Amino acid sequence: MRNAGLILGLCLTGLLAAMALVSFFWTPFPVDEVRIAARFRPPGGANWLGTDHFGRDIVSLLMVGARNSIAVGAVVIGLGMLVGVPVGLAAAARGGWADEWLSRATDLVFAFPAILSAFLITALLGPGVVNAILAIGIFNMGVFARVTRGAAQAVWRREFVRAALALGRGPVAVTLVHVLPNVLGVLTVQATISFAAAILAEASLSYLGLGIQPPAPSWGKMLHDAQTFMLLRPSLAIIPGLAIALAVLGLNLLGDGLRDLLDPRLRRSR
Amino acid sequence: MRKISLLVAGAAVAALSLAGPAQAQRRDLVIGMALEPPHLDPTAGAAAAIDEITYQNVFEGLTRIDGEGQIVPGLAERWDVSEDGRTYTFHLRKGVKFHDGTGFDSADVKFAFDRARGADSVNAQKGYFTPIESIETPDPATVVIRLSKVDGQFLSNMGSGDAVIVAPESAGGNRQAPVGTGPFRFSRWTPGDRIELVRNPEFRDASTPKLDKVTFRFIADPAAQMNALRGGDIDAFPLFGAYESVPLFQADSQFAVDEGSTEGETILSFNHRRKPLDDLRVRRAISHALDRREIIEGAQFGYGVPIGSFFPPHREGYVDLTGVYPHDVAKAKALLAEAGHASGLRLTLKLPPPPYARRGGEIVAAQLAKVGIQVEIIPMEWAQWLEQVFRGNDFDLTIVSHVEPLDIGIFDRDPYYLGYRNPQFAAVMAELNGTVDPAGRKALYERAQRILTEDAAAGFLFQLPKIGIRKAGVAGLWKNAPVPANDVTAAFWTR
Repeated sequence: MRNAGLILGLCLTGLLAAMALVSFFWTPFPVDEVRIAARFRPPGGANWLGTDHFGRDIVSLLMVGARNSIAVGAVVIGLGMLVGVPVGLAAAARGGWADEWLSRATDLVFAFPAILSAFLITALLGPGVVNAILAIGIFNMGVFARVTRGAAQAVWRREFVRAALALGRGPVAVTLVHVLPNVLGVLTVQATISFAAAILAEASLSYLGLGIQPPAPSWGKMLHDAQTFMLLRPSLAIIPGLAIALAVLGLNLLGDGLRDLLDPRLRRSR
Repeated sequence: MRKISLLVAGAAVAALSLAGPAQAQRRDLVIGMALEPPHLDPTAGAAAAIDEITYQNVFEGLTRIDGEGQIVPGLAERWDVSEDGRTYTFHLRKGVKFHDGTGFDSADVKFAFDRARGADSVNAQKGYFTPIESIETPDPATVVIRLSKVDGQFLSNMGSGDAVIVAPESAGGNRQAPVGTGPFRFSRWTPGDRIELVRNPEFRDASTPKLDKVTFRFIADPAAQMNALRGGDIDAFPLFGAYESVPLFQADSQFAVDEGSTEGETILSFNHRRKPLDDLRVRRAISHALDRREIIEGAQFGYGVPIGSFFPPHREGYVDLTGVYPHDVAKAKALLAEAGHASGLRLTLKLPPPPYARRGGEIVAAQLAKVGIQVEIIPMEWAQWLEQVFRGNDFDLTIVSHVEPLDIGIFDRDPYYLGYRNPQFAAVMAELNGTVDPAGRKALYERAQRILTEDAAAGFLFQLPKIGIRKAGVAGLWKNAPVPANDVTAAFWTR
């Protein structure tokens, strides 16, 4: 039963991915179809989870919203790894002043809470999905740089790396051949957890009107719109709230499970 | 609706007569507003929020518009009009003082009007003052204004927020710290949060105002508006935005709901300077693409009367033109194809914060998408909207409610953000300005409306309702909004 978390995480994440994938080909209703006559339908019936204040189908909105969440998460993680991993590897390889400088730079990024720096960036550049991605991505660069550096430093102290160096391999070759493969596990785990954080951050920004712009559906925007109708139709707020919670829970369980699987030494004592 | 309002009025009267002197009544009032004003000088800005704080409360004009839209004496206790209709003699109230202690007399009137019509005037309604040929002040209590031509709207215009009397000593500072003659003085402005007015103890009529302090709080978000009312943070929200929760307040005996109308024609504005919106076929296509019923139901929860031109349905001279461009997707597509946009169009829609614009904008975007017009929605704050859209003319489409009374003439204004030019319409406006006789004015208003509709000068949506929510004990607020105002000079608590 040790893998129960991992399995549940896989199921939830798989469901999320499936929803998003299917939405490319099929949604129960056209997602941007406004049908005022059909608004505030309760869950059940033709609209499985009901309709919102514009008569749009909640299931369709959730599906396309999942696609948008995943797209934002993927780009954010990509951006974070693209910059963060080389920075972390370089810091671990060079050590000394380079490590010092790169580490202080990531500290600087960390000094601003992710959501606050996201506000700052969207306030300066204007709301929109590109700027939201940029904002969350910058924070993730720091996260990945720090995680990579820590893991790589540990690898650099191992005997086989010492041996490779003694045999005359240069630091770049050692990093690519020996260090990188050994930090991939940690990075996978971090990517899963960062993915969850990115979905949450995107939902927060969209909730505040700074992320994905209407009429494109977004879980955060659904939650925002539902706020006004909370007393009339609580399900409008509960459903996207649940979707966000389950997606984040799934990714976190997956991350934890993967960590246990890939790096037994990091396993928490039970 | 009328029945309901009579009931509400009856209830208010009953409550009034029952209220005994035994209970200590509250002497302060907190009013909620969706928008914060950019500044507080009504003679130097178009934002309705300025008037919604200062009109009658802080500033007064020669005449005033009351809650029923009637012209009543203001700082002028009476006036005479010459036989030819071109000379107005205003007899001013005596003993009136500005809040800074300086006296009010005919020189102030001359100063205020000369400032409003001067070359460097920033008055939003400069046109109100252009008919003025001369202003004479034979004595401190008399002002004689001679017009170059007859102006049927003159007395009404002089009662607008744009024509309030400011003093030479304080006019320069009115944007931040307004100094007027009204029963309330400006006290404090906490930007982003509230503006406070306090009782003017030296007001000429000792029984006015009935309150010691009035606070205006700014809450743009409709859900937050509802929570602020239910949480007791706000006593009244005269222009309530969360229509969907009106039934909740109607069912709650602690609150009273007033359903009235504003002078606000809510329109989908086109930037006539820009292609392809300078093309009549494209504008007609958009008009056919719009489904007003759906917009009113979806964005306003059914509150709002559809309009087919730029004229309020409750005013004399209204023509129902809502049937000219029936909702017709095929027709809209055909018109777009005829204009060379068969493969579709991309336009931006800049939306100010009010819910009618934000929610209405989402529905408009969905409706336009059905005829092949892809709309990019750009939500913006009010200051940004004024700068980019209203002054900068940088937009394709926008949704806004024009709340000035009888303001069909804005389509003839140049420069103006709409960028609409039509010599035929200009001629009707010129004739209207010189016509005093009511039948003649009515006919001209009708012609003006037909021209705008024929030209699809804007996407005409609906008349903005005035849904006011107040705590059951609050009385003396306006039910309708004939001019943008929250006149609290007569407001009081019945319990």
